[in-house]
Parts: sequence; C-alpha cells; structure tokens
Amino acid sequence: MRILPTWLREFVKVAADDRQLAEDLTSAGIAVESVQEENGATIYEMDLTTNRVDAMNHYGVAREASAIYDVDLKPVEPKLPKPKVRRIAPPNISGPIGMTSLTEQMEAAAATLDTDAFPIVIEDAQGCARYTARIVRNVKIGPSPQPVASRLELLGSRPINNAADATNYALNELGHPTHAFDLDLLEGGTIIVRRAREGEVLKTLDGVDRKLSTGDLVIADEKKPVALAGVMGGFDSMITERTKNVLIESAWFDPATVRSMAKRHLMHTDASHRFERGADWGITPLACDRVAELILASAGDELHGGQIDTVARRAERASIALHRSEVNRILGIDFDEDEIQRILGRLGFGVTRNAEGDFRVQVPTWRLDVEREVDLLEELARIHGYNQFPNTLPAFTGAVVTLPDEPKNAKVRETMLALGYDEAISITFISEQEAKAFGGGEPLAIANPLSEEAGYLRTSLIPGLLDMVGYNLNRGNANVRLFEAGEVFEKLGDGSIEDERRHLGFVATGDAIAKSVHSLAQPHTFFHMKGDVEELLAAFEYQKLHFDDQTPPYFHPGRSARALMDGGTVACFGQLHPDVAAARKFRQEIYIAELMLDRLYRHSLCEPRYQRISKFPTVERDFSFIFDEALTFERIRSAVEELRLAELQQFVPAEIFRGEKVGPGKYSVLLHTEFQSNERTLRDDEVAQWSAQIVAKLESLGGVLRAQ
Amino acid sequence: MYTVPKLEDYSAESLDRAANELRKALESEAHDVNTAAQFKEFRDRWWSRKSGIKAQINKVWLGNAPLDQKPKVGFWLNLLAMEIEEKLEETQGAVAVYESALTLAAKEDWTGVISRPLADRLDISLPGIQRPIGVKHPVLRVMDEIVAVFKAMGYSVGEGPEVETDYYNFESLNFPPNHPARDTQDTLFIAGQESKPARDRLLLRTHTSPVQIRTMEQQPPPVRIVIPGKVHRNDPLDATHSPVFHQVEGLAVDTNITFCDLKGTLDHAMKALFGSSVKTRFYPSFFPFTEPSADMQVSCIFCGGKGCRKCKFSGWIELLGCGMVDPNVFDFVKQNGYDSSKISGFAFGMGVERIAILKYEVEEIQLFYEGDVRFLEQFA
Repeated sequence: MRILPTWLREFVKVAADDRQLAEDLTSAGIAVESVQEENGATIYEMDLTTNRVDAMNHYGVAREASAIYDVDLKPVEPKLPKPKVRRIAPPNISGPIGMTSLTEQMEAAAATLDTDAFPIVIEDAQGCARYTARIVRNVKIGPSPQPVASRLELLGSRPINNAADATNYALNELGHPTHAFDLDLLEGGTIIVRRAREGEVLKTLDGVDRKLSTGDLVIADEKKPVALAGVMGGFDSMITERTKNVLIESAWFDPATVRSMAKRHLMHTDASHRFERGADWGITPLACDRVAELILASAGDELHGGQIDTVARRAERASIALHRSEVNRILGIDFDEDEIQRILGRLGFGVTRNAEGDFRVQVPTWRLDVEREVDLLEELARIHGYNQFPNTLPAFTGAVVTLPDEPKNAKVRETMLALGYDEAISITFISEQEAKAFGGGEPLAIANPLSEEAGYLRTSLIPGLLDMVGYNLNRGNANVRLFEAGEVFEKLGDGSIEDERRHLGFVATGDAIAKSVHSLAQPHTFFHMKGDVEELLAAFEYQKLHFDDQTPPYFHPGRSARALMDGGTVACFGQLHPDVAAARKFRQEIYIAELMLDRLYRHSLCEPRYQRISKFPTVERDFSFIFDEALTFERIRSAVEELRLAELQQFVPAEIFRGEKVGPGKYSVLLHTEFQSNERTLRDDEVAQWSAQIVAKLESLGGVLRAQ
Repeated sequence: MYTVPKLEDYSAESLDRAANELRKALESEAHDVNTAAQFKEFRDRWWSRKSGIKAQINKVWLGNAPLDQKPKVGFWLNLLAMEIEEKLEETQGAVAVYESALTLAAKEDWTGVISRPLADRLDISLPGIQRPIGVKHPVLRVMDEIVAVFKAMGYSVGEGPEVETDYYNFESLNFPPNHPARDTQDTLFIAGQESKPARDRLLLRTHTSPVQIRTMEQQPPPVRIVIPGKVHRNDPLDATHSPVFHQVEGLAVDTNITFCDLKGTLDHAMKALFGSSVKTRFYPSFFPFTEPSADMQVSCIFCGGKGCRKCKFSGWIELLGCGMVDPNVFDFVKQNGYDSSKISGFAFGMGVERIAILKYEVEEIQLFYEGDVRFLEQFA
C-alpha cells in the first residue's frame, strides 16, 4: 500500500521532513518500507501488519502522526449542499447495543419514505450491521479532475470515471470501501441486504458470472442481486457514461462472512481485504458524505434526499480498565498520567481518570485490534518508542535441564563426523512410489503437497540421501559420504495416529581412502559400512549384538545386513540393490545404512569401565582351517565362544583364501587367537589344551585343519 | 664396570635398590655405544645366554632366593629382563642411525652435527595422508551457536514434534479458526483429517512456537527454554524459498519478566553471537501470540552500521520477531500455574537459514538442501 506524505500533511502539521516522518512512523509500528520519488512527489511504500487495517489509509496514518508528534488531527468534515427535497431524518434507533428487529427497520424506512428516497432493508443483521446511502442526481460521468486523478495514479490505481474514482479516493483517504450504483438500473426502488438464493447468478464488475449460494451475502434490488457484499459490485448496475443518477453505498459487513465469500469465489479485492480484517462500523456516514462531496465536486449537480442510515446492529467498542501498576508490571517502566492520557487521546481513545489514578479507556470503533488492557499497553509502548525502554536482564530461579536424548544425539553426530561423513539435510517429502518402496508402514499423505513428487512425508531417510548422491554424481563428485539425522513418519493403528521417529541415514560411494602419492585408492565396500555401523553401536550398552541378512528389498540381497541389539532391530545397511541403483542411473556401487535411533536410544550410552592391563605375556596361536562356503564366520565365532575360554582374549579371522588349492565350494581361513591371563604367565600345556578344544569344536562344524 | 652383586635379603627395598643399580649401569653403558662393534660387545655382555648379566641375575638372585620368595622374585626378574631387552633394541636403532651418518659424512665430507641420515630423508613438502573428518551442516552449525548462547544464559533446550495438531500450531497460540493471520503461514496439511475435530487435525508445524505451549503444559513456571527445530511451509524450493527451514524459539516466563527484560536478553544474546559492538533496535510488529510484539534489528554485522549491500544500505538487518507472551496464550495453560495476572513472559523466534545466509554470504537457500559435497565441505 502507498501513502502520499503531502496528503497526510493535509490532516496534521508536522515539522519533520518526509524522510524523518517515515522513520518516526516506522518506529511507532506504522512501517514505511521505502521512500521513493515519482513525478516530483514523495511516495511511501507501506508494510503494515495485518492487525492495523485502521491505518491502511491516509487519515489513519495521519492519526498516528498526531500521536507521535503530539499535534492536532484535523477532522474530516464534508461540505454538502442542501438536499433538493426535504431532509429525511435518520432512522431513530434507540435501545441497547445489539440487533434491531426487522420490523423496526421497516418502520424506520417507511417513516422516511420519500418519492426519491430508497428504503434499505437489512435481512441479515449478522452479515451487515449497517448500511448508509445517499442519492446524487443529474451527474455527468466523465474523467476525474486532475488533482484526484493524479493522486490515484501516484497510488498506483488507474482512474476510471469521476464516480468510481470518488469511492476509490475516499477509500485511500478514510480506509472505508464504498460503492456507487447506477440508480436507474436498480429495480423496485429498494435495497435489500440478504443471503443469496441457491442458483442465483451475478455478473461481477470483472465480467465473470458468479454462481451464488446461500453462504453469499448480496446487495439486491427487488428483483436480483446487484453486488457481492463487501467483495465486488455487479456488472449490470455499474456506473457508465450513460449514468445519470447514482446511489452511494457505505456499509459495514461482517469479516467472517466476507472472508468466506472471497475464499469461495477466489476473489481478493481492496474492499474484501478491508472488510475481512474488520472495517470501522462508525465511519459509514462520514465515508458516504465524503464520496457524495467528491462526486458533487466533479460530476454532480444535485444532492437528493438526506442520508439513509440503516443500523441492523450496533458495533461500538467496549471500554477497558487500564491500571498503572499493570503498565509497570509488563512494560517495566512507569508512565506518568499525562503521557498515558496524551498518547491514548491522540489515537482517538476516550480516556477518563478515576480516583485511584487508574483509567477507563473507551476504544474507538476503528480499533478492532484493541480489546484488552494489554493491547493498550502496546499502544503506550509503541508511541513512547520501543527503543526508549532500557535493556535489563531478568533474575531467574529455575534450573537448566538436559533433554534425555541430547547426549545420545550428540554422540551419534560426533561419531558420524569423525568417520568422515558430511552432515546433510534433505527435503522431508517423497513421492508415493518412494513411500511404497522405502517404508514398512502406511505413509502420511499431504493434503496440499508442493508437487506430486512431494506428496508424502518421508518414511525413510534413504530416498533423500539417494537424491543427494545423484546430485553429486551428476556433477562429477564421485566420492560422497553423507549422513542425515531426522524424523521419519508413518501412520499407526487404524491410521488415525501419526508416528514420528528419529532415524539416522548415511550413504557412501566412491573411495573410502582416496588415491594419493602415498597409497592406492580403496573403494567403499560392505565392510566399510559395517565397520561404521559397529562404531556407532559400540557407543551403547547392550548384552548381545548380532547381524542377519533380513533386509528390506531395496538392499542388495547378498550384500546387506540387519543389526539386532538384544533382539531388537536397530539398523539395516549394505549395498543399494542394483535395480534401484540402475533406476536412478547410478554407475557405481552405493552403500547405504539406516539406524532406527528411537530404538537404539532405548539403550543407554556406555559408561567407560577400566580393566586392569595384564602384566603377563600374551600367547598367540594361529589355525588354518578349510570350511564349506555355507559356514559363516558368525557360526565359527559363536562355536568358539561356547567354549567359554576365559583366557582367550582375541579370536579374529586374519586371512581368507579361495581358489583351486582350496577347492570349489570351500574357503580357507587363518584364525588368529591370543591367550592371556591377568594372574599368571600361561603354561604351554594349558595353551595346547585350549587350542585342541578349539580345533575339535571347529572340526565338529565340518572344518578341516590345514596347519596350526 | 657393573657386576651382579649377591643379595643380602629379599625385602622389597633391597630388590628395588638392586634393580635401580642395574638400570643405572645399563643406561650408562648403552650411552657409550656408538658403533656396530661396540653394540655387539654390549649385547653379549648383557644378553649372552650363558654368561650375560641377564643369565647372572637369574642364577645369583633367583638361585639364592628363599624357596617361598621364588615366584615373586621370578616375576620381578621377568620385568627386569624385558627392560634390558627394550634397551638393547633402542641402542641398536641408535647405532644404525649413527653408522649411516658416518657413511654419509665420509662420502660427502660432511662434518656437521650427526643427526639424520640423508638417505632416509623424506620430501616433507609432499601432502600428508589425510583421514578426512565430516563437516557439520552450516545451518545446524549456526543453530548450535545460537542455542549455546541461550544455554549459557540459563535456558534449557526444548523440543516438539514436526507433525503438529491445529491446536498447538494455531489455536493455543491465539490464531482463531478462519483468522487471516493463518493465511500468512502457508501451511501444509496432512490428508485425511476431515473426520477429526478441527483442533486435532494434523499439519506440519509452520513454526517452533507450538513447543511453547507443550513446554508450559509439562512444566509450571518459571520457564526458560530455547527450542531449535525444523519447520515446513508450502513454498517450493528455489533460490529464495524452501519448504523446509529451521527456527530457534525462546520462551521465558516468571513472576518478574518485563518488556525491558526482553530487550536486554536479546541485546545480550546478539552481542554474544555477533560481537560486543553490535547494537539492537526494536520496532512494533504483530504476532497473534505476543502483545506487545516487536521486530528486532541488529546493526549490520558486515559494515558496522555504515551501510552496505548486505543491509541494503540501511545499516541494520532484521533478524527476529519477539514480544511479551499474550495473556490469551497463558489462558490455555492456566491450570498449570500460568495465571496472566501473576506471571508474565517473553518469547522470540528467529530463522536459522536467514542468519546462515547472512553470515556465510550464501546466495541461494537451496544450496543447503542439495547435499553437494563441494558446498558442504566449505564449512569445515
């Protein structure tokens, strides 16, 4: 929205120049985003917060300036000629604030009936609280006078004709949307504000036929709807060059009603914008007169009848108690009584002081955002100037608490970094296809996704990591190690509960050790991945860790593993299935891993434990065995473990051979053992006996001892 | 010349004394060994199977030990033998170095200090063998820095789910149903929620503010929390928008919190983050869940306030939104001790990407989410 400082200055006398004025307004929350020069005029581009619709016009901004500089605000007083026919008294509506009955309205309308007056009936008092109108006759529709047209142009709107421009000008000046009808195109001599009937059609000013429903509030004549209330006028009753007589509408429509209509018809107009945010119930007569004044000044020749002001319900604002103690409690400084009265008074609030030095504050009809004492505190603070408040630090009586998972998250992250993986963040959304391929449970769909490819919340971190690998490979980055710790989502139970769990995903491709002058490259393999998984898991307490080959189908079936910690799955890792890799056009082996951190975190982090280092020598023994290919190292290891040899400190495979010498379907493995005691030097015969036990055990698995 | 003495008694002191004498002799003799010939002599004297000192101590000290002391003495002698062996190896290494230096000196007529054989020299200007470590994501790195500042000021870290209910993301933060302020949030909604009451419908949280209410539901005042987290909006990824971004939220509630405290706390935090010369200023703003509300600007961290491209020549950079907690928000947790007539509080929230973009001069926000290792590895 644009504001012209020259226009502002018609209402307030401000000594500050345009730039200073812009700064001072901004400091008070009436943000001037930029100050520009155009055709010799200064223009403010405003950036107002949504709650301050009352200041989205020149008079509203001028009111703020009057509070900031403590100067008078000039009232707007339209000068209208005497009506040609007898003046009609406004409807005399008395009684408490609230709804006025339909009969009362009809009676009031009838009492003021005149050959030239329009009775106005509000059937829907909730939707339309007030409708003020005037009639101007014998107008000459044509271009607006230069001052009006050039101001509208500076504000960025295209002048249309003097009647339409008058409503636009008043909107920019006072902030209230009004509408001008061609009086002669209204049938039946009455205006009815009512709900639309199912199936009614209204062609709006933009030339579009709108199908109406009972949710729409319309302005209608006796026969048909002529405007979509608070949104847009009708095409068939608009002002044209042929227009002779004009009816000016200045009404107050309910924000929720206008909002739902604008939404339903996908229309966003200046008028709907204003009404949706809450217009000024009290200004309709003034806005009506101002439009009449402007039309008469350029086009009209006669004012007919008086103002027709129909009030269906009153929407005055309540008064609020303001305590000086509360000012101090929330803002932290004392305001003196005069400053409180001055600031609120300038902003249009009615302020009365009571005996205790506190205040009762009447909120003006345009300040729909002010409802409570704390809202008044903000008014005081912003006009006083936020930067005038001292900076202090509060005392605190509580304690600092660490989240239970914080040390675990930190441990996992520092391990991944130490293992050489770069931390990444991927987009949380995946396609339906990916959700099916990379997840066990039922995925959560997004009702309004960014795109079809981003229709679901991720069920796994792998698709995001693969996207990033693809991005890198396409740009020639062949060596990639990335990890991401983040949430994955799925539906639980009957689908009504969503489950959000923390996972760790990582991916490696290319060289584990880069080629250099000192060594050859060493490509990533399954066992690099397994080593990294083992490193991560080693940080946690457990009784038993074992691996099997039960992995999801996107893993290479022969080169992937699942890690179970005390019987629960905590990780799956291995080579990406060649078909999945091919579908993504990956030409090198990709290794992936996903850890279910929510499950892993059921285990506590390891507490370091000291073990005395033995002072006695270690005895080493190597065994060379031939086994069937089907016999896994895990079987060998657990068989030896069953022997429960306390002095057996190490049992590792040192070398593995396959080939002609070993024979088909077999492999040869060199097993390295180390024995050591904490209490004594081991005797040869003891070690020989244990070695024999190991050999016997492995022979029972079908192993053939080659050498010892 | 050291000879193995007879031991008078086998007390611990006596054994220690004997061992120390032996070590002294070993050390001083090893020191005089330079050439290969000298080393051979030295090795024979100490390690010879029949007559070496090692053999002698076994014979003299162990042989004469009382029967009940023998295991203990045997163990002790084992250790001493290991020490002798280590010293032999060490001396042998030193001799090798000395010999090759001599060769070199003879060849090149080089008479400098004998220290390093040139033949074994490395081109130390070659690059080292690197074992690269991973790099923290720049956004999370900045987030860590912000959180650390508030932790140091007595704030605990809070967290909450990324899929939230309408109640926590909007309603309890004083965004009434159908309120225009909801439109500004570009919310992504979870499908299939129609059968649920409006407040239970799920969406992707659009800010970290829901954790304010979640925390206050769990914990009576006083509260000081800082909430780092991921949020989502319906904005396609491009140079200036991302559907995923991060925020750090803060909340302090107590019986004594004022607007001046809000200003002072954030001023202090900005000085801790960007340096003590940074200034802050506050402007009125609007958030449904704070009243009064403010936007905070810092003096430009690049030009110091003189005006540059980064601050659009204004000298100031807008960094966060904040305000005093709206009493309507406290009303949602009133039963847990949050009576707005007795307590007060402030809240603030900042976008982490925005700060990272400023700090590292990253041109496009999407770089943070593409995983390009050439980008990520610059933040080591």
